[in-house]
Amino acid sequence: MSSTPDNFEPRIVAFLCNWCSYTGADLAGISRMNYPANVRAIRLMCSGSVKPFFIMSALHKGADGVLIGGCHIGDCHYQTGNHLTKKRIPITRELLGALGIDPRRVRLEWISAAEGQEFAEVIHEFVKELKALGPNPLAGGDHAH
Amino acid sequence: MKTIKLKINGIETEAPDRTPLLQAAERMGIRIPTLCHHPLLEPYGVCRICTVEVRIRNRVRMVTACNYPVTNGIEVFTDSERVRRNRRMILEWMLARCGHVPVLNRLAEEYGVTEPRFGRGDDDCILCGLCVKVCSEVVGANVLGFFDRGPNRTVSTAYDRTSDRCITCGACAQVCPTGAIRIKDDQEGIYQAMPMGPLTSINIDFMQAVPRKAVIDRDSCIHFKTGKCQVCVDVCEAKAIDHKQEDRVEEVEVGTILLTTGFQLQDPRVLKEYGYGKYKNIMTSLDFEVLNNAGGPTAGKILTADGKVPKSIGIVHCVGSRDQKYHEYCSRVCCMYALKFAHLIKEKIHGCEVYNFYIDMRCFGKGYEEFYNRLLREGVNFVRGKVAEINDAALDPSEEGKLIMRAEDTMIGVVRRIPVDMVVLCLAMEAKPEAKHLSHLFSCSTGKDGFFTEKHPKLAPVSTPADGIFIAGACQGPKDIPDTVAQAGAAASAALSLIQRGEVETEAVTATIQEEMCSGCQICVGVCPYTAITYDKGKNKSSINDALCKGCGTCVAACPAGAAYQKHFRDQQIFAEIDGILAI
Repeated sequence: MSSTPDNFEPRIVAFLCNWCSYTGADLAGISRMNYPANVRAIRLMCSGSVKPFFIMSALHKGADGVLIGGCHIGDCHYQTGNHLTKKRIPITRELLGALGIDPRRVRLEWISAAEGQEFAEVIHEFVKELKALGPNPLAGGDHAH
Repeated sequence: MKTIKLKINGIETEAPDRTPLLQAAERMGIRIPTLCHHPLLEPYGVCRICTVEVRIRNRVRMVTACNYPVTNGIEVFTDSERVRRNRRMILEWMLARCGHVPVLNRLAEEYGVTEPRFGRGDDDCILCGLCVKVCSEVVGANVLGFFDRGPNRTVSTAYDRTSDRCITCGACAQVCPTGAIRIKDDQEGIYQAMPMGPLTSINIDFMQAVPRKAVIDRDSCIHFKTGKCQVCVDVCEAKAIDHKQEDRVEEVEVGTILLTTGFQLQDPRVLKEYGYGKYKNIMTSLDFEVLNNAGGPTAGKILTADGKVPKSIGIVHCVGSRDQKYHEYCSRVCCMYALKFAHLIKEKIHGCEVYNFYIDMRCFGKGYEEFYNRLLREGVNFVRGKVAEINDAALDPSEEGKLIMRAEDTMIGVVRRIPVDMVVLCLAMEAKPEAKHLSHLFSCSTGKDGFFTEKHPKLAPVSTPADGIFIAGACQGPKDIPDTVAQAGAAASAALSLIQRGEVETEAVTATIQEEMCSGCQICVGVCPYTAITYDKGKNKSSINDALCKGCGTCVAACPAGAAYQKHFRDQQIFAEIDGILAI
């Protein structure tokens, strides 16, 4: 591990649903809200289409944290897509725990299209938490900053 | 019906056989005095004032015109000396009972009865029976009736008690020719007597209502209480009234939907410090609009609850808006309508002091700042400061009955205490509580204030994330009429352009199931919210209907075999993205 806790900047892969969280992130940008640059967004149509495999893959490839953003329950553009997310993510986290990866590195948040502020706050919070957790042990030395 | 010939006061005329004589005379423009006749009621012939002289062949009879059916060849005299003598006699008898009733005294004067021989009684009721008949024949409540006989005859309710069956419709008081029946008003003040709402059961919502049609208020309509009345049906020449109409739920198939569900005014009772509902003469901006309206309860006169012209009026801006406790946002329209109110008050009440309590003047539109400047010249008082409290704590007798407004004037840095006669609260525009439910129904979203969220604040201000559903007006956020009209126009044309095109683009990012990999487990069938996936039992494979698929990708994530994929979001593409963003 070449990085020290002082200058460690976690990298977050965010899977955001097109309708709520991605738009919410967009709103945070349009509204010129400040949030750490540690997050990299991948747009998906629905949080329900996030395969556990995507999360594993991101962590395996060196991401320090994975954020899954979806619409609030009841607000899903596809009616019940996020209901599946709500079931799927806790199981994935459990599985990660069994594999020796801290489940806190995977976070599920409901962020609506109008909640730019909330998106920024979530990123602030997650970065803080990941800094405390330290780098992802799966990440190779050459990946870490 | 057979038409017959008759002569009234020497003039030949025709009338349908057996019509009441009174009606036949009225048609010729001949007035016969009556006290107990009403066009809606069956003739009763009890007051006898309409007595006329009728000659049939050589017989002369005195009959009551209201219930005498005309026949061929009769000759009628409505104002002969004998008739006048008769009426004088009847009036004298009536005055003996009711000596001070104006309608009797007017008739007495007309017929030259100055000193009635039998004196003047003190009763108000001339026993015409109109109230009894209207209550039974029209209203159907059967509350009023005659009691006792001869000189003791009275009109009353059973056992002289307040009747449970009385629906307080007021019809009896309205038909009473002498004003002997009055509706007792337990409440005080002109607004209670003339409520801020429809005054009758049939009303047109407001003058600019579209469509401008009269509707019946089921809750107050007599017909829906007693099953009778229906006077409106008889009166309506267009025969447009149908009491049997029921609310219907209709299913209409449409291609586009405009959501224009509007706003509601914040409940003023929430802001306890402003004393709405506790003190008289504190009203919401909408109350004031009604009061100020020419079609309102005071015919447009600005009056206090006691019916007096106010000498000073306070207008409070930003009530519930721009307030961390209630709504953080600005309601946008209040500044300008508050200025309009001030202007109208100044115009209607000469010398009335108007105090505008504001935080900031937000005169954002075309000509708005100019209007504000004009008001400054008109002598409207502007106090920059939020009103802390409104109460009625008078410090000296001159302040009795006034409302005391306390506010810090931040311009001069003192706390001011201003007594006024009336207060108008410019309340916040808020989202309707049902907006949340609607947003679920129409798959659009609401912001934290409860207003609908547009697809993009700048590039798609009337669209929602759901295709074909558009929003306009105050349901999207507080806005004034020009902005609403502009947005509504944009939403309507956006909807029309979809309709005009006649076709919609289907979703490009649909999912597909690779048949060779599908194991037929049907997990995808269960997760699809659009029933777009069907399972073919023969082949033991599932397949996706492209027209129904909306491209959410939940089936893709659920497929244990990896047979389902979503166009533009294939696994390889996502992995490439993950690689890409983690490479830097």
